[in-house]
Amino acid sequence: MGEAVLMKGNEAIAEAAIRAGVQSYFGYPITPQNELIAYMSVHMPAKGRTFIQAESELAAINMVYGAAAAGMRSMTSSSSPGMSLKQEGISYLVGAQLPAVIVNIMRGGPGLGNIAPSQADYFQACKGGGHGDYHLVVYAPSSVQEAADLTAKAFDVADRYRNPVLILGDAIIGQMMEPVVLSESTPTPPPKPWAVGGLRNGRKPNLINSLSLEEGVIEEWNWIIKAKYEEIKKKELMVELLQCEDADLILVAYGTTSRICKEVLRKCRAKGLKVGLIRPITLWPFPYKAIAQAAKRTREFLVVEMSLGQMIEDVKLAGLGDAALHFHGRPGGGVPREQDIIEIINHILLEKRAGAITTRGTVVDWKIS
Amino acid sequence: MIETEMEKIAGRSSLWADKPSPYCPGCGHGVVHRVVCELIEEYHLADNCVFMAPVGCSILAYTFLKLDVCQSAHGRTPAAATGIKRSRPDTFVLAYQGDGDLASIGTAEIIHAANRGENFTTIFVNNAIYGMTGGQMAPTTLLGQKATTCPSGRDASSGMGYPIRVCELLQSLGGVTYLARTSVHTPANVIKTKQAIKKAFDVQLQRQGFSLVEVLTSCPVNWGMQPVEALDFIDKQMVHQFPLGEYKVGGVCVPQAAKEG
Repeated sequence: MGEAVLMKGNEAIAEAAIRAGVQSYFGYPITPQNELIAYMSVHMPAKGRTFIQAESELAAINMVYGAAAAGMRSMTSSSSPGMSLKQEGISYLVGAQLPAVIVNIMRGGPGLGNIAPSQADYFQACKGGGHGDYHLVVYAPSSVQEAADLTAKAFDVADRYRNPVLILGDAIIGQMMEPVVLSESTPTPPPKPWAVGGLRNGRKPNLINSLSLEEGVIEEWNWIIKAKYEEIKKKELMVELLQCEDADLILVAYGTTSRICKEVLRKCRAKGLKVGLIRPITLWPFPYKAIAQAAKRTREFLVVEMSLGQMIEDVKLAGLGDAALHFHGRPGGGVPREQDIIEIINHILLEKRAGAITTRGTVVDWKIS
Repeated sequence: MIETEMEKIAGRSSLWADKPSPYCPGCGHGVVHRVVCELIEEYHLADNCVFMAPVGCSILAYTFLKLDVCQSAHGRTPAAATGIKRSRPDTFVLAYQGDGDLASIGTAEIIHAANRGENFTTIFVNNAIYGMTGGQMAPTTLLGQKATTCPSGRDASSGMGYPIRVCELLQSLGGVTYLARTSVHTPANVIKTKQAIKKAFDVQLQRQGFSLVEVLTSCPVNWGMQPVEALDFIDKQMVHQFPLGEYKVGGVCVPQAAKEG
């Protein structure tokens, strides 16, 4: 194990990617992910690897497409408005079955929004985003250490399934500094006999493409992609369960909000309130079973998000049975406060009130279903 | 009947699979493909070459070219080609784009790839129309020329803009080493096209930066003309708007007077 160093999340992701063997990085400036592209601009050329500040996010993701087609570990990063532009290229990456790692350090939206932390790109990240039937593997780190670890893992998973992987952070994950221990292991990318370019030496020509006008071909490709997704669901799901066994109320949160919820959990437990936490680490695949299992005994679920309520749809899909579902969300760059969440928990567990949402600190009754 | 031993003096490129062309009668793509394939063979590049197919009629190149092919999103060919060439500098990268792909939806990508001096070669096929989608107005459609989205003819005074001259547009960019506009409407012009593409290949092989050859071609089906008429349209109309000749050689702009047309 190496020594712990103090790094910003954006820099830790960049360094983890370099150590994971990223051979080409293409980016475009946007706050709050700028430290990532700046880090790459220094360290990629120094290692003889490719760095380009592209003319747009559209160009950057299509440079990733080219580099991935050539068999390279390649990466781009952006923040919410830039991610909207990348959706075209992401759909093509999936269609052509190309591996890539994409980082979204989310900020407030819609539109240009602001540069404050947000989780409002959940739908875009987990439900497709671009055109066509597809999913990305979506990792939601909740610390700088986890951001680094999941970035390294993302390259292996992308290569294994020939599908893009998304690191979904937010402005807090990108900007805060924490101690991080970076991997010293040597990456081992698999051979890529399907790649274009390089001396063919008698091999047949390769084709990187997402088009076919022949009847049935694209349907067949979709079935192939679907089979990969079923395998990913079985093998790549990651979720953290914290004190759920005896919980009267389970918080469901990911990324930065899960950090806040952990503190809430600690304070509630200290007061004798039996609160648990389910933290999805992969947002796709989503831990439906873990939530459904917990709902067999726990009666109250409180979803906390930095959005108007997006992941909550997947929590509902998990099937809560008779358990009640509550929500607290802050949109547009607002960050949930511990005391607000605790107040809602008090309402639910001590006063037996129905679903509640706080807006600007004021608790109002709000029935979810 | 007299049987004689025939000597083969011309034929289809060995890089072209034994399949019928997917292109319409009178289309210029086949001629341009042939010239490109001949040069790839002459330079022995086939074993380490990526052909970048655009979105447009020539997307179908992958169905018959015996080369590594990478097809990318509409207009993004220069960005994807950048990704491949930077990853594999020893691979010969040939980006093939039409006018809608290069001069409309992909304007930003071509300008910036050219400006960075990306060391790949672009063949820009300008037939002044969207072929694959059925004859819509292109950025290079001539004033007065009819298309399905300008049925009365392109009219700049109605806000349809002017035909974009790509070589003139790219000429000022520092990363551009070689630029030429040619045509394939006569055998003499086909030979000149081959000579220009050869120079563009040399630029890439000598790692001297960005090279582009714009080739004027006909699209009789979508122009609503007979093939011979269409060749005449290039001769009488297109070369007026798009003067033939070299625009930049060795990174130096060629004076306007030196050009033909």
